[in-house]
Amino acid sequence: MTQLPTHTDKKLGLVIDLDTCVGCQACVTACKGWNDQGYGAELSDQNPYGAEPSGTFLNRVHSYQVQPDIGAAQIINFPRSCLHCEDAPCVTVCPTGASYKRTEDGIVLVNEDACIGCGLCAWACPYGARELDQAAGVMKKCTLCVDRIYNENLPEEDREPACVRTCPTNARHFGDFADPDSKVSKLVAERGGYDLMPDLKTKPTNKYLPPRKKDIPQEASLLAPLLDIQATGFAGWLDKVLGKLG
Amino acid sequence: MTPAPSVILFTVLSGMGFGLLAFLGAGFVQPVGWVAFFHWGLGYALAVGGLSAATFHLGNPQRALRAFTQWQTSWLSREAWASVVTLLLLAPVALSDWLGLGWPRVTGLIGAVACFGTVFTTSMIYAQIAAVPRWNNWTVPVMFLSFELTGGALLAGQVWPALIGGIALILALYAHKTKGDVAFAKRGQTLGKATGLDQVGSATVFEQPHTSPNYLMREMIYVVARKHVARLWPIAFGAAAILPAGMVVLLPHHLLTFAMAAVIHLTGAAASRWLFFAQAEHVVGLYYGQR
Ligand code: SF4
Ligand code: SF4
Ligand code: SF4
Repeated sequence: MTQLPTHTDKKLGLVIDLDTCVGCQACVTACKGWNDQGYGAELSDQNPYGAEPSGTFLNRVHSYQVQPDIGAAQIINFPRSCLHCEDAPCVTVCPTGASYKRTEDGIVLVNEDACIGCGLCAWACPYGARELDQAAGVMKKCTLCVDRIYNENLPEEDREPACVRTCPTNARHFGDFADPDSKVSKLVAERGGYDLMPDLKTKPTNKYLPPRKKDIPQEASLLAPLLDIQATGFAGWLDKVLGKLG
Repeated sequence: MTPAPSVILFTVLSGMGFGLLAFLGAGFVQPVGWVAFFHWGLGYALAVGGLSAATFHLGNPQRALRAFTQWQTSWLSREAWASVVTLLLLAPVALSDWLGLGWPRVTGLIGAVACFGTVFTTSMIYAQIAAVPRWNNWTVPVMFLSFELTGGALLAGQVWPALIGGIALILALYAHKTKGDVAFAKRGQTLGKATGLDQVGSATVFEQPHTSPNYLMREMIYVVARKHVARLWPIAFGAAAILPAGMVVLLPHHLLTFAMAAVIHLTGAAASRWLFFAQAEHVVGLYYGQR
């Protein structure tokens, strides 16, 4: 049903730490690897070995160059996937009811058996989080690895989204934002986690942690602290005399 | 947004078809016998043809009936209902005109109103999308309805409605263009804001996330050459509204005049609909540093 729930018991989502992401694309690969063989139609590729390879991915990592007012330019890597919005415009526009938001945990999913592949939900998503699979003709999007997180056949430590499990720098965190004491809620509170394009009133669940402030390069000599050392004894006397001469 | 021919065809033809059906249903023209058959047939053919053109771009058209289920939230679903109900409402009047049955025209009048309702639902599919600022305002429904009025009046051979429609269309196109040209800037989204990196400094694309375009880029990012825009807008104004309205007022009221005016209008409508898509920028383009 494309009516959004007024309340979800949990608000499952991701925190993405832009400070530590190194842009290795491991999460992109892990995501495609897991979701290619589990939930719904496989993520097809078109012309994979040709000049213009293209395919369906549920997670994309951008790379930006950012020039602060003072200091050197920085490279900031920016993973982008479904934010599991509370007011998800992709859900309400869907004519078939294929798109829905779960009441129990807030995950936004597509029922591929009902999807006609009209593409309207991809238009409605401001974040480019939905891609129409060109082979299956159905809409694909991040499922928050719904087939991992509750999967009792997996060892406990694997019951989190594939991207989170694989990230070598711990730049991705998974948890329940409805619980103020969860790891993700605390991270957001401590580090000033923010929403993407809040003006569009989608109320994203996923949050991004801003890169930490970088040190300002020092203008003074590296030996500066040494120069301040107060000499004692003979050296101190010499210092005083020479100081007077100078 | 990439202008897909099937969607341009669908919106233009079905709009014109529902316009003609509205004039027939309301009894502005009351043809009899085979003339009625051809009039109504043209209206139905355009409306239904347009709707079926819309299914060309579906990934799984065999499940299209499911699109009737979500009318409570989805404008696309509402459009499906509106068009079917409208076509059914008008069927008895069409039959009665063709076979001279003399049935009451009440459903025709209701159907005529429903014709405009249907095109309104079509326009709202676009106007509801906040991620495409150029579309996300009232000028879209007004423009679609003006197209329906003008196109329908021309096909139904109605002079005054065609003139009124033409004038409404000029105003609507003008409003849509001027409002649309500043809409993206007004929404206030930039690469820095979309990523939140404006907190750090000024952001530019260093590397794209993939080496060749994906579905998103093919669908939502369409860079129109400025010279095309400059050339097509005058064609849209001239061919869709000014010329046809002028023709029906100044030239003898002959079938040929209306036919020619309708064809010219159709060309202008297609040009304007191409611009409607091609010029509309989706905010997702910001992440790619392209709009
Ligand atoms: S990020 Fe896009 S696809 Fe995901 S819930 Fe929000 S609007 Fe829908
Ligand atoms: S593509 Fe599928 S999920 Fe998206 S709006 Fe259309 S029917 Fe719904
Ligand atoms: S795996 Fe982690 S570090 Fe690598 S791109 Fe993804 S989020 Fe960034």
